[in-house]
Amino acid sequence: MKVLVTVKRVLDYNVKVRVKADQTDVDLTNVKMALNPFCEIAVEEAVRLKEAGIASEVVVVSIGPKAVQEQIRTALALGADRGIQIETDEMPESLSVAKLLAKVVAEEQPGLVILGKQAIDSDNNQSGQMLAALTGMGQGTFASEVKVEGEEVLVTREVDGGLQTVGLKLPAIVTTDLRLNEPRYASLPNIMKAKKKPLDVKTPADLGVELRAHTELLKVEPPAERAGGIKVASVEELVEKLKNEAKVI
Amino acid sequence: MAILIVAEHDNATLKGATLHAVSAAAQIGGDIAVLVAGEGCQAAADAAAKVAGVSKVLLADNAAYGHQLAENVSLLVAELGKDYSHILAPATTTGKNLLPRVAALLDVGQISEIVAVESADTFKRPIYAGNAIATVKSLDAIKVITVRGTAFDAAAAEGGSAAVEAVASAHDAAQSRFVGEEVAVSERPELTAARVVISGGRGMGNGENFALIEKVADKLGAAVGASRAAVDAGFVPNDMQVGQTGKIVAPELYIAVGISGAIQHLAGMKDSKVIVAINKDEEAPIFQVADYGLVADLFEAVPELESKL
Ligand SMILES: Cc1cc2nc3c(=O)[nH]c(=O)nc-3n(C[C@H](O)[C@H](O)[C@H](O)COP(=O)(O)OP(=O)(O)OC[C@H]3O[C@@H](n4cnc5c(N)ncnc54)[C@H](O)[C@@H]3O)c2cc1C
Ligand SMILES: Nc1ncnc2c1ncn2[C@@H]1O[C@H](COP(=O)(O)O)[C@@H](O)[C@H]1O
Repeated sequence: MKVLVTVKRVLDYNVKVRVKADQTDVDLTNVKMALNPFCEIAVEEAVRLKEAGIASEVVVVSIGPKAVQEQIRTALALGADRGIQIETDEMPESLSVAKLLAKVVAEEQPGLVILGKQAIDSDNNQSGQMLAALTGMGQGTFASEVKVEGEEVLVTREVDGGLQTVGLKLPAIVTTDLRLNEPRYASLPNIMKAKKKPLDVKTPADLGVELRAHTELLKVEPPAERAGGIKVASVEELVEKLKNEAKVI
Repeated sequence: MAILIVAEHDNATLKGATLHAVSAAAQIGGDIAVLVAGEGCQAAADAAAKVAGVSKVLLADNAAYGHQLAENVSLLVAELGKDYSHILAPATTTGKNLLPRVAALLDVGQISEIVAVESADTFKRPIYAGNAIATVKSLDAIKVITVRGTAFDAAAAEGGSAAVEAVASAHDAAQSRFVGEEVAVSERPELTAARVVISGGRGMGNGENFALIEKVADKLGAAVGASRAAVDAGFVPNDMQVGQTGKIVAPELYIAVGISGAIQHLAGMKDSKVIVAINKDEEAPIFQVADYGLVADLFEAVPELESKL
């Protein structure tokens, strides 16, 4: 079975976010970019499926400008076999991502597609579910465990009330949550090897997809700042303040 | 304009998250219909009919919707949703699982986790773990939206008298089946609805030590939350995680114990009215958002706090 994983290039999660002075967007000039953490978990899961003899090949896809090849190479260094970049000038919206991925799915015919549950820049949490709709496949979102059993994949999902397990017919779509696995680090020899792994570049036109805007970004502002508080010297003072000043207990 | 809200419910009861979505819908303006899709869910539909501001309840009671599998329910919502200008759902794991699938079936985008309604087509939503707030305008004919509960007051659960209409349409995509669930049962209030929340982090050391904050929670009628580090370490279950990728809370009082205050954690709690931090490291970033910071060893401070309440 072939496994398709998707990786998005995002602002590194450790970097402090700055909003541009003209409030048009977040400032991404000269900041560290990285693999979306949830996608890293997706790559790790796919590689583990290969190591367990369940997956035969791991194909990694990223959509965006040329720079996303860096994240594809990272995924290749982590153990994916080959990469596909779908070249666009800007990061497309989730529905466009899903449409492009649906075409890749039609071409590659994977048994399983693993995406991150959300991109930590847009915080959208949409692409996997949309891809599932467009391909008509079952979806195991927010996965903390994935088990392939015959013609089915059992996915344990992190839900508000606890955990839920669903069985999905293969092929199926899975999106990762934080507890699915702990991604490995790429070794130096594997980083070197990754440079030689195949990486195809396609355009939306090659895939027959015309990208359309569904939203217009009008403004990006910094959030309201919290006024700094005080330090209390003792538990006694804390209780007194909560009772008499904040009046919350 | 007409708005369809997909209700959050467990067949027997309507979940509070639905009431917040009704408020958001009221701000958009227009007739509000609530869809209750499930199995044996008449009671939840009756509860939805009483919510102030709701003009119609659609009841889709069918075995195919029993566990609200997205593969099946999305087909129903996409079919019904064609007649509406807006389709809303709470930004819970159920809503997040379902609504993008609906949007794609309708060939429209989704606007996730709105925190403010600017107009019928323009909304505010946090991005980058709440470190920026985007104002976005929808260009689609049908606007598909999830609503962050903490940003909208709950609509009154009583006072309405909407008609309940049965929907016969049954969709079974036959792609998925419900296998089982492990539902946390707790006597305490739900995290996202509690007036007081006390959360523990890696500093708690292990799961047993959470008993210390549970005792405080019992005295305050509080819900208990956790940081990702505490969940990853196996101290407590995943449904207790507060943050960018866990639950969003905004109680009157939030007490963070042994939590450093990473931006991903702050994203889930910094809209709380009053924040208390107990941490032994006076440099911990959590103190930058805390109204009252106590630099202390939690193993001394928390039992003392409990005894003084
Ligand atoms: C993609 C992504 C998503 C994430 N989503 C979330 C999320 O939703 N929620 C979340 O919480 N995190 C999330 N994180 C993780 C986040 O970045 C932090 O790693 C995490 O919040 C740290 O948890 P912590 O504060 O408990 O642990 P630490 O950062 O290790 O802090 C422990 C604190 O306890 C204090 N302490 C230790 N012992 C004591 C003692 N005896 N008395 C008093 N204080 C003590 C220490 O001084 C320290 O400040 C996410 C990360 C990523 C990459
Ligand atoms: N531009 C992109 N390229 C590749 N994968 C993407 C892209 N955008 C989103 N994804 C995938 O979809 C997941 C969810 O993204 P989102 O719906 O935007 O929150 C991400 O974790 C990725 O796995």
